[in-house]
Amino acid sequence: MNATARVQTWIDERLNLEEALSPLREKTVPVHRYSSWYFLGGLTLFLFGVQLLTGVLLLLYYHPSAGEAYESVQNITNRVQFGWLIRSLHSWSANLMVFCAFAHMFSVALARAYRKPRELTWISGVVLLFLVLGFGFSGYLLPWNTRAYFATKVGTEVAGQLPVLGHAMMVFMRGGEDVSGATLTRFFGLHIAILPALTIGMVLAHLMLVQKFGTSVPVSVENEWEEHPERRKEMRFFPNFFLRELLGWYAALGLLIVLAVFFPWELGVKADPFSPAPPGIKPEWYFLAQFQTLKLVPAHILFLDGEVLGILGFGLGGALWLALPFIEVLAGTRRIRWVKVGIIFVMVYLTAMSVIGYVSR
Amino acid sequence: MPRRTALRFLVGTIIGSVASLLYPVLRYLVPPPEAGMSANEALAARIDELKPNSGKTFRFGSRPALLVRLASGEYRSTSAVCTHLGCTVQYKPETSQIWCACHNGCYDLNGKNVSGPPPRALDTYEVNVRGQEIYVIRKQAA
Repeated sequence: MNATARVQTWIDERLNLEEALSPLREKTVPVHRYSSWYFLGGLTLFLFGVQLLTGVLLLLYYHPSAGEAYESVQNITNRVQFGWLIRSLHSWSANLMVFCAFAHMFSVALARAYRKPRELTWISGVVLLFLVLGFGFSGYLLPWNTRAYFATKVGTEVAGQLPVLGHAMMVFMRGGEDVSGATLTRFFGLHIAILPALTIGMVLAHLMLVQKFGTSVPVSVENEWEEHPERRKEMRFFPNFFLRELLGWYAALGLLIVLAVFFPWELGVKADPFSPAPPGIKPEWYFLAQFQTLKLVPAHILFLDGEVLGILGFGLGGALWLALPFIEVLAGTRRIRWVKVGIIFVMVYLTAMSVIGYVSR
Repeated sequence: MPRRTALRFLVGTIIGSVASLLYPVLRYLVPPPEAGMSANEALAARIDELKPNSGKTFRFGSRPALLVRLASGEYRSTSAVCTHLGCTVQYKPETSQIWCACHNGCYDLNGKNVSGPPPRALDTYEVNVRGQEIYVIRKQAA
């Protein structure tokens, strides 16, 4: 018995890993014409790993205070060896992670993979997307530049517009009435401690649910396999699917490095709370649809302020999206087409508003 | 004392003590009021600082405010916090309006919202020129 086998046996005698890992060995992944969409979840997880690693590295030099944050990021970018690369990798992987999370969610929605018994998998996934957006929102302020300052001012003001608890929520998020150093400290704590803890817990729950219920198959493929059982194909998760997934991660890493090296993330101008918002200011692409909607909503609709109505609309939309598996059940098989139309409408609306927001001045 | 009653007492005590710890934690999360929030007067600019048909933002208490010098030489001052979603507004000389770059909201020089999403007018302030300095004073409620 060689040394590796001896170590393995020693660990196995104590932790019984063989038994714990056996469900993973038996895990299979369906093979059909839409199988490539299955890689998006793993890709999002990989990018989250890149976020954790580069985030920890940035912590070595970052100072979370209004007086020092911008200068410390400047120091990381200009003076620390390869600091520009680590920061750029962190920013680009954040954007790619948000993109992959959205693509994964929409592919799951279109395949109606949230059907019974996977409702909880869907809910944990949507909560993970909200957490990812929370990471994007809180991390955006940390360099303390002009864009970040006004994005946070608008974003927290949006929360402040909610009826009853809105103002208290805004003050809690900002650490006061206005966006200030106190907001930066709170967002820093949220970004590096609370959100990672919640996200890691939710990722584990999501993976456990995926493991328990297996990989969903789109309805059309399911029907086809029922008619022609001989067409049913599966591959083992370990090593067949996992090695393919690793190749995807490797390609993503390549893309990430190309983006980070050739399009390094800009730092912008230091935030000045008493300067006007610069012309052409916009949030990150994943908040553009909401930004553009709030721009188009009129000042008053009936007896309500337009922005309050817009914000309540987003909240309602998010809640309906979370409840999608139950809406489908309520709609029944006859009206299922309308649920599909609704999903496509959400995708088209978000894309169109983001594009309009991006091109408009 | 019966075992069930003792157990209930114990559970109640534990819940009560944990809840009493929760209160200071929740209070701790609420930030204390900031000093200087309610300044009634601020130095906005020096007399030679603003050309006709231009504006500047300045600190008024803990918030930004706007001072505009009209083409006629007259001064106007408003809050610089947009009533839509709180961005900081600026004076736009091309249109002689107050403009918010975030969501394209426009106000006239009396602070009245005239186009775009802002739902309300901006607060206006009194302008007082004292020697070489321009002071802005919060209007007293009637």
